[in-house]
Amino acid sequence: MGSVLIDVKDVSKFFSIGGRLFGKKRSVCAVDNVSFCINEGETVALVGESGCGKSTLGRLALGVLQPTSGKILFRGKDIWRLNRSEFKEFRRNAQIIHQDPYDTLNPMRTIYQSLSPPLMHYKIARNRRECWEKASELLKMVGLVPPEDFLQRYPARLSGGQMQRIAIARAISVNPSFIVADEAVSMLDASLRIEILDLLLDLKRKFNMACLFITHDFGVARYFARDGRILVMYLGSIIEEGPTEDVILDPIHPYTKILLDCVPVPNPEVARSRGLPHLKSLEVPSITNMPPGCKFYTRCPYGEDICSQKVPTLKPSGKDRLVACHMFS
Amino acid sequence: MTENLVSIRGLTVEFRVPRGILRAVDEVDLDICKGEILGLVGESGCGKSVLAHAIIKQVDPNGYIKGGKVLFEGKDVFSMSEEDLRRFRWKDVAIIFQGAQNALNPVMRVFDHMIDTVLAHEKSSKEEILKRSFDLIKMVRLDADRVLKLYPHELSGGMKQRVISAMSLLLSPKFLILDEPTSSLDVLTQKYFLRLMRDIHEKTGITMLFITHDLGCVAEVADRIAVMYLANIIEIGDVKEIFYDPKHPYTAALIKSIPSAIGKMGEIKPIPGPIPDPVFPPSGCRFHPRCQYASDKCRKERPSIINIGGGRLVACHLYTQG
Ligand SMILES: Nc1ncnc2c1ncn2[C@@H]1O[C@H](COP(=O)(O)OP(=O)(O)OP(=O)(O)O)[C@@H](O)[C@H]1O
Ligand SMILES: Nc1ncnc2c1ncn2[C@@H]1O[C@H](COP(=O)(O)OP(=O)(O)OP(=O)(O)O)[C@@H](O)[C@H]1O
Ligand code: SF4
Ligand SMILES: [Mg+2]
Ligand SMILES: [Mg+2]
Repeated sequence: MGSVLIDVKDVSKFFSIGGRLFGKKRSVCAVDNVSFCINEGETVALVGESGCGKSTLGRLALGVLQPTSGKILFRGKDIWRLNRSEFKEFRRNAQIIHQDPYDTLNPMRTIYQSLSPPLMHYKIARNRRECWEKASELLKMVGLVPPEDFLQRYPARLSGGQMQRIAIARAISVNPSFIVADEAVSMLDASLRIEILDLLLDLKRKFNMACLFITHDFGVARYFARDGRILVMYLGSIIEEGPTEDVILDPIHPYTKILLDCVPVPNPEVARSRGLPHLKSLEVPSITNMPPGCKFYTRCPYGEDICSQKVPTLKPSGKDRLVACHMFS
Repeated sequence: MTENLVSIRGLTVEFRVPRGILRAVDEVDLDICKGEILGLVGESGCGKSVLAHAIIKQVDPNGYIKGGKVLFEGKDVFSMSEEDLRRFRWKDVAIIFQGAQNALNPVMRVFDHMIDTVLAHEKSSKEEILKRSFDLIKMVRLDADRVLKLYPHELSGGMKQRVISAMSLLLSPKFLILDEPTSSLDVLTQKYFLRLMRDIHEKTGITMLFITHDLGCVAEVADRIAVMYLANIIEIGDVKEIFYDPKHPYTAALIKSIPSAIGKMGEIKPIPGPIPDPVFPPSGCRFHPRCQYASDKCRKERPSIINIGGGRLVACHLYTQG
C-alpha cells in the first residue's frame, strides 16, 4: 500500500443548534474525536446509520468544513494551515460525488457548461477547443457515448444513472487524488448501482485515486471496498475499523455485530433464521444528550459498569483491526 | 385450494402527462390469497403504488382506470356504490401509505388520532376506543400508557411507524396494504418492525400486501412474491423459489445485482442496458432491450403471464404453460 494521503487526527465537529426561539443555545457533537487515515489509492468505506456523522466527517476530510478541534493532514500538511495556492491545489485534489446529482449539476446549464468551469479554473484546458475535447473524453470515460449527444443537453433530460455518471466525470475531471463518494449510489435502483460502482472502481484503479466511500448499506460497502478497509461509525465515533471482509465476516464490536444481524439480506432462509438481537433498548440516545462513557451502553446487551463511566477508545484487536469497546478488544 | 381475497384481472391504469399517456399499470393479473403476506417488489417507478391504490379504486385526478377489474371476496370493487366503496375502503382494507409517518397531525396526540379514525367510520364510545387502542399499542410493543398521550414529534421514526400500524388495525380490516413501510427506518428498527408484522400476521391472520423495492425486506416477511417491471407483473411465486430459482430473466438479474452484507458474496452483476421511458415503453416484452435471451418474438409480442406449474406464474416467452 502507498504512503499516507489523508490523515485525520483527533477531529471533532460541534454544531450549534437552537438559539433564541428554543431558549439556550446548545451545541451538538456530530463528530467526536475521530482519527483515521487513508493511503494513496486506497478504498475506505465509512458505514453507519442515518445521522451518525458520516457526511460531516466526509466534509471535514474534504476541507469544506473546518473542525472544531483536531487536524486533517493532506500528504503530511495541515490543510487549515496551507497558503492560498496550496489550499487551491488541495481542493483540486479532493473531490466529492454527492448522493443527489441535482446538487452538483445546475439545471439551468448544459452538461458542457457544468463540466467546463473546473477544467478552465484549474488550467486543465487552456482554450475552448481543448475544453470541449477534454469534456468529450471524460464522457467517454464514464460510458456516455457519443459525447456530443450529451454535452449540449440539460440535466432534466437525463436518467438518474446518467446523471451520476456526469457527477463522476466532473469529480475526476480535475485529476484528483482523493474522492469522497457520499451515498453516491443510494438514489439509484439496484440494477444500476453495480454498474456505477464498477465504473467508479475502474476509474479509481486507472488513476490511483483514494476513495472515502460513505454509505449506510453494508452490502454496497462490502462490494465497493472489498480490497480496502471499512470504518463503522456510531453517533459521531468510529467504533470499529479493519479490512472489509474481516469486519463483515467476523465483527467484534457489539454494535457492528448487531447491525450485521439486522441488515436485510436477499435470502429468505438466512433472513428468517436470524433471531432478534437482544438490545437493552431500541431508542437511540439523543445527540443533544449523549450518555457518558460508551455511547452504545444504553442499548448494548453486553455492557458493564465501566462502559457507563469511561469512553472506550479504538484499540488494536487482532491483525489490522481496531475496536472501541471495553468488553471486546 | 387456497381462497383468493383479492383477484385482479386485466387492470390498466393510465395518467395524462405533458408528453402523452403514461401507462403505470398494464393489464395486470394478480391474486392475493386469504391469509397470506404477498410481497410486491420492483424498482422505483415501476407502478407498485399506483397498483395498490387502484385496488381500492383510488387514482390521482390526472389518471384513470382504463380497464380491468378488481374482485374483493368476489365483489366487484369498481362497480360498488359510493356508500359501499366508502365502507370497503375503511372497513375491509387499510393502507399504510408511503411516507405515512409524516402525515400524522402534529397538534393531535396519538389517542386523538385513534378516536378520529374510529369515529370517522363507526359509532363507538371513548372507553371502547381506549380499550382497543390500548391493546393495539401493546401489540406493536409500545408502552400504551405513555405513548397514547404523546404528540407525533415526541415519537421516534420507528415509534411513529408502529403507531400507524396500530391505527391501521383499529377497524379490524381483512386486508392491510403496506407501501414501503420501512424505507425511513434505521436497520435495527426495520428488523424489529418486520418481525412485528409477521407476529401480527400470525396472531390475526390478516392478509397483507407488502410493497417495497428492498428485496431483503420481502425475503424476511413475505410468503409469496410478485415482481413488477415497467407496469407489468412479470413473475409470481413462493418466496424461496423466487430467490433460489428465479425464472424470469429480469428477476434473475435483479437478484444477482444485490451484494449481500453477510455470508458469501456470490456473483454480482449489473443489469445491462438503459432503463426504459415509461411513456414510450419498448414493444413486445418490456424487458427485451435489456434481456440476454431476447428473440424476435420477444421484440414483437408481449408475453402474457402464464402458469408454468407449481404455483409459478411467469410472463416470458422462454416458458410454456405447464
Ligand atoms: N449544519 C449543521 N447544523 C446543525 N447540525 C448538523 C449540521 N450538519 C449536520 N448536523 C447534525 O449532525 C449529525 C450528523 O449529521 P450527518 O449529516 O453527518 O449524518 P450522516 O451520517 O451523513 O446521516 P445520513 O446517513 O442521514 O446522511 C446529525 O445529527 C445532524 O443533524
Ligand atoms: N399522478 C401521476 N401523474 C403522472 N404520473 C404518475 C402519477 N402517479 C404515478 N405516476 C407515474 O406512474 C409510474 C408508477 O408510479 P408508482 O408511484 O406506482 O411507482 P412505484 O413503483 O410505487 O415507485 P417507488 O418505488 O418510487 O415508490 C411512474 O412512472 C410514475 O411517475
Ligand atoms: S420474453 Fe424474451 S425478452 Fe422478455 S424476459 Fe423473456 S426472454 Fe427476455
Ligand atoms: Mg449523510
Ligand atoms: Mg411507490
